[in-house]
Amino acid sequence: MDLFEYQGKQYFAKYNIPVSAGGVAHTVEEAVAEAEKAVYPVVVKAQVQVGGRGKAGGIKLATNADEVRLHAGNILGMDIKGHVVKRVWIEHASDIAEEYYASFTLDRAAKQHLLMLSAQGGVEIEEVAEKDPTAIVKLHINPIIGLPLATARQASVDAKIPAKALDGVADMLVKLYECFTKGDCDLAEINPLILKPTGEVHALDAKVSLDSNAAFRHPEWEEYAATEELDAREQLAREKNLQYIGLDGTVGIIANGAGLAMSTLDVVNQVGGSAANFLDIGGGANAELMTAALEVINSDAKVKSIFINIFGGITRGEEVAKGIAEAVKRVTLRAPIVIRLDGTNAEEGRKILAEAGIPDSQLTSRPTMLEAARAAVALAK
Amino acid sequence: MAIFVDQNTKVIVQGLTGGQGRFHGLRNKAYGTQVVGGVTPGKAGQDVEGIPVFDSVEDAVKATGATASFIAVPPKAAPAAILEAARAGIGFVVCITEGIPAQDEARVFATLQRDFPATRLLGPNCPGIISPGKCNIGITAGEIAQLPTSSGPNVGIVSRSGTLTYQALYELKQQGIGVSTCVGIGGDPVPGTSFVDCLAEFQADPETHAIIMIGEIGGSAEEEAAEFITNHVTKPMSAYIAGVTAPAGKKMGHAGAIVSGGKGTAQGKMDALRMAGVKIGLNPTEAGSLMAEIVNNLR
Repeated sequence: MDLFEYQGKQYFAKYNIPVSAGGVAHTVEEAVAEAEKAVYPVVVKAQVQVGGRGKAGGIKLATNADEVRLHAGNILGMDIKGHVVKRVWIEHASDIAEEYYASFTLDRAAKQHLLMLSAQGGVEIEEVAEKDPTAIVKLHINPIIGLPLATARQASVDAKIPAKALDGVADMLVKLYECFTKGDCDLAEINPLILKPTGEVHALDAKVSLDSNAAFRHPEWEEYAATEELDAREQLAREKNLQYIGLDGTVGIIANGAGLAMSTLDVVNQVGGSAANFLDIGGGANAELMTAALEVINSDAKVKSIFINIFGGITRGEEVAKGIAEAVKRVTLRAPIVIRLDGTNAEEGRKILAEAGIPDSQLTSRPTMLEAARAAVALAK
Repeated sequence: MAIFVDQNTKVIVQGLTGGQGRFHGLRNKAYGTQVVGGVTPGKAGQDVEGIPVFDSVEDAVKATGATASFIAVPPKAAPAAILEAARAGIGFVVCITEGIPAQDEARVFATLQRDFPATRLLGPNCPGIISPGKCNIGITAGEIAQLPTSSGPNVGIVSRSGTLTYQALYELKQQGIGVSTCVGIGGDPVPGTSFVDCLAEFQADPETHAIIMIGEIGGSAEEEAAEFITNHVTKPMSAYIAGVTAPAGKKMGHAGAIVSGGKGTAQGKMDALRMAGVKIGLNPTEAGSLMAEIVNNLR
């Protein structure tokens, strides 16, 4: 789960990472009110979960209420790379002497935490990595040893952070690492990490991605879930506890297992079609799950055919077939279904479907993934 | 021969009295696996259809001589359960638990590496392992696995995805091709056992003559496997990578399956494996047919 900047800053603040005081605004008037509280000059920042908002005109400096009105008016509703700005963050403008970069992630290949630190901040780190890879210090951290202050300081020296900022940056790294580990982040990034003319080190931005598997020990995350940007289909799927991701195609997909669902998308693409979604209904495929899945698919106006791809392992083919037959009766479908049912007791399952009295115009069965994909794609054209 | 587990493997189930542990533990036993005990704190002295339950892994090991553990407990309890098994001297731990926080996985893996290097963890969030006819630990439906033949050729399977593992087993069964061992390494960010670990074992296993690998988007495990194959694997291989059409930045069900920052794409993985001499199927069936060709050439 990705956080907005303002949420990331609030999250940082819990771990004593210095961030600018500010407030979030959904309207121009709210923006002015927050600006008055924050004291001018202020920065008006678009809250979107996509990079490059500065270049797109989503970050503006304002020295009085009129300027806040102008900028907030322009930025609210702005489309930045397909993300519509629904809220802005207003904070007191910081004086900047220097800009650095710091982040913690999990390096899966090394199975350790990874610190990336650079004295060249404020620009996309990928650009720095391309132009001057030596400008980024990469340090692996053993998760059971952690990051001692001395190690953080040495990494800062290696990254050529100037002497006057060394203590501040090292301290910041230790705090950010604590936020990353105790806060169960997949990513904790500060770009830019600034040095103020007064000598303090400060987080001017916050990019935080949380590990949703850890939600059970973070009840405070509930408020973030409320602002997560989901389309209507994804919202419905979440309510029904389905693993669903909305896409732009015309073939609705239902499969059991994440790998098989991904594979189904691929096969549809391979035969010239495009998937409307990713939907994994998990190992079982009973009538309730199947009904919920069909309801979500049915809510997507772009769907012209539905491809159900089930491989029976422990779940037997006849149980799956009964579930589908029942679900088809419960939901009034706008698009025809093509099903591929394979694996344990698949033949019995196909027999049940054939004898369920569902007309061919509503449901047809194909023996292999490829044939079913072809049929579903043909129906969607 | 087989890799990691065989007819001599004695298994305990941590969480045997829970829903999942009981269901799969009993199925594994019915398949012929030596399921010698279960562990649930506070339930020592009970039994699950004749399988004795112990308070701790240590007690279970002392009483039964267990060498492997099957962990089927919720995400909150799984990290401690894995370390308890390692501490009790279990050499092979299979953890099917889905939803363990990545920070916990990283700490558990680092702890195993430092304190219990003799313990191998398979998973978490994996379907388990089956050496057909010998031992089945986890959630695989044993009947879809073709028995290996003494003369061969037999195929080893290693996969990151659950249902695609079944699919691979099924494709081989349709073709009448025996399987030496099928390992599901799981789709989480920090798997205890990697593709490379399995490939090394299959390469050394005289009963395995060819290998199928099923990968998916995210991470760099397939790229590392490709490098290992180039340098160390002489047995013929076919592979399938799921997620060619997956959009960047979206997690596809598995915590590990995400294309981010232009890395971890299916295309990159397929290219790397192709360079290593692996035959690539564009869908699981094609990978199965390619393997059938390989096996026919070996016959």
